[in-house]
Amino acid sequence: MNSTLAILAILDGISYAALVFLVSVGLSLIFGVLRVVNVAHGSLYAYGAYLAATLSIAVAPISPLLTYPALLIASVVIGVTCGGFIERFLLRPVYGREEVLQLLITFAVFMIMDNLQRLIWGVQPIFASEPLKLLPNVRVFGVTYTSYQVVLLPLVAIVTLVGLRYFLRYTLSGAVIMAVTEDREAATAIGIDAQRVYLLTFIIGATLAALGGALALPTTSLVPGMGTDMIVLSFAVAATAGLGQIEGTAVTALMIGLARAFVIYIHPEFEVLVPYLLMVLVLLVRPLGLFGTSKARKI
Amino acid sequence: MRLKSTAVAVFAAAAMFAATAHAQDKPSEIKIAITTFLSGPASVFGVPGKAAAEMIAEDLNKKGGIGGVPVKLSFIDEGAGGEALVSNYRRVVQDEKVDATFASISSGSCNQLVPVAEDLKVMNLMWDCGAASILEAKKYRYNFRTQANATPEMLAVLVYLLKTKPNFKTIAVVNQDYAWGRESWEIFSTALKAMKPDVQVVAELFPKFGAPDYSTEVSRLLALRPDVVFTTSWGGDLDTLVRQSGQRGLLQQSTFVLAIGESSIQRLGKELPEGLIVGARGDHWFLHPEKKDDAAFKAFNQAFKTRTGAWPIYPVYHMAQAFSALSGAYDKAIKANGGKWPTREQVIDAAAGLEFATGFGRPVTLRPEDNQGLEAQLVGVTKAAPGYDFNVLDNMMIFDAKTITTPAGTKSVEWLKTLKPDFINMNVPTFKH
Repeated sequence: MNSTLAILAILDGISYAALVFLVSVGLSLIFGVLRVVNVAHGSLYAYGAYLAATLSIAVAPISPLLTYPALLIASVVIGVTCGGFIERFLLRPVYGREEVLQLLITFAVFMIMDNLQRLIWGVQPIFASEPLKLLPNVRVFGVTYTSYQVVLLPLVAIVTLVGLRYFLRYTLSGAVIMAVTEDREAATAIGIDAQRVYLLTFIIGATLAALGGALALPTTSLVPGMGTDMIVLSFAVAATAGLGQIEGTAVTALMIGLARAFVIYIHPEFEVLVPYLLMVLVLLVRPLGLFGTSKARKI
Repeated sequence: MRLKSTAVAVFAAAAMFAATAHAQDKPSEIKIAITTFLSGPASVFGVPGKAAAEMIAEDLNKKGGIGGVPVKLSFIDEGAGGEALVSNYRRVVQDEKVDATFASISSGSCNQLVPVAEDLKVMNLMWDCGAASILEAKKYRYNFRTQANATPEMLAVLVYLLKTKPNFKTIAVVNQDYAWGRESWEIFSTALKAMKPDVQVVAELFPKFGAPDYSTEVSRLLALRPDVVFTTSWGGDLDTLVRQSGQRGLLQQSTFVLAIGESSIQRLGKELPEGLIVGARGDHWFLHPEKKDDAAFKAFNQAFKTRTGAWPIYPVYHMAQAFSALSGAYDKAIKANGGKWPTREQVIDAAAGLEFATGFGRPVTLRPEDNQGLEAQLVGVTKAAPGYDFNVLDNMMIFDAKTITTPAGTKSVEWLKTLKPDFINMNVPTFKH
């Protein structure tokens, strides 16, 4: 593989990693704070994409520029409504009970949302490319790339990462979330409303999943089952990073994106295997993930 | 006089009794169980297939059904897969006593259900699955394929490519990573090596089934610059591949061959540009050059469009073929039985060797040696046409079924290896849009 192809592979890897990070980080955030493995995360990704498509198709005839706010609005609407509903009415009643219950509930939500998706949007693939077409293409060593994929998506991922870091470390709400994550009982004892923190965190995580879906819309086709694939990949990324590790999720998404891209250039047969092979190798050596840390058990 | 009256009365009573007995032999309905994808990515085929089945059954029943008996449908979701699919299939056959089954879309499903149908001695029409190997590996009595298989489908596309772009030197494949993607490429590449051995395969890419992103594959192909890019992908995967390739200029750089792309044409609209070679997976296309002025054909297409909002795609026609075959088999069996209602075994006997008209292409024959359907293949190239917001097929070739189908008793890959470069010299009519 020569240096030209290596640079092409790096660009492809970064573009792929950006989208994977956006979805995975929401899953990781929710687990980090709520200790819930949200199986419905993939459905939130799919719903974000589908609602973004509906809105984009509606506003594109007025002005293609409106498709960008449509992507954002769709993400927030799905994050707030679906995420809020799941946390408030389905998960909250089972906090403190066996963890498997939460897993089963989110799995049931995933199944229900998957069927509702077919009822609402049908089974035929849907797409809307307007946001992508608004941006120019760029040429790298004679190969055309869309700046949407190699510039905008990585930029959004970086802004999200930096924004999340800033939010969690330098704002009061973030500090409250960190406090609850660290020690819920102590946080509650000093007057922090843990339930509100859980709701807020779940909504942020759900919005990120929906944002990932909305941003994927201009390049991909929306089909039944798209959420299933994404939850598996997101879980692999989050587990490899260490559940709850935001920066780790970014690094892992990048690792997986780059590894996948290079494998497609060198040995495409292993493309599907890459994320899971990495996960297995990492977990064998570091069972808590690359960036995961063990906590002393409280008595 | 009294004796005569009594004789007439007895005769009339006997006749009435006979008629009643005959009527009892005739069932009140013909139960058909259909396996189709109602969930998952393949529902892009399964749901139109189901809509077609319902529409056809309604129409058939309005006309009196098959041999005067209405049909009653039930559906099984192939999306459930594996054990659930087989269990449901057994249930409808054994508990609901269906008279025939149409199974399936996926070759994996067919591989699972064909032996079950054989065990249960129920007539099964493989209405859409394409793996040639199913009927090449074993001779079945109760299983029939009412359309072509992957071998003629791929061969027709290849011959079209060789006839229209004879000078290409390099080719790359981008197929979904599952049985269909692998098997279709094996067929295509084997035939390609036999007929044009100097072509270099520069990339064999098999992205994950359902992959949401082909950017890296597109980059690699842009760097490799193959003359031809071949794909048998379908549904959302094909749509994504075509759109990402179009967005980055790959569709303009290489000649794209979408071997079963007919089902994506309407959806992709103008994102599917002119000049792409597209296979129809059979002898059907809603603007079929030999049938486009046929009133019944136009009415069928229009009825489906009105019902679903889209023109029929190949699974719709495949479903219609299964119904035609079933009707044909019953009609033939009734005739062979002197007008009486046939037994199941008599219907099976009648199906072997049956030739049936599809109404939207050339007749199909269920070859008696292996129950494989002999169906012609339509291939064309995309072109803009007034009145449509998507590109339609132009320069269509319709390949004769017998010429491009593996001879009975032969394995497809072995037969393809024997093909010579002059195979493409076959005389194939070409039709403009």
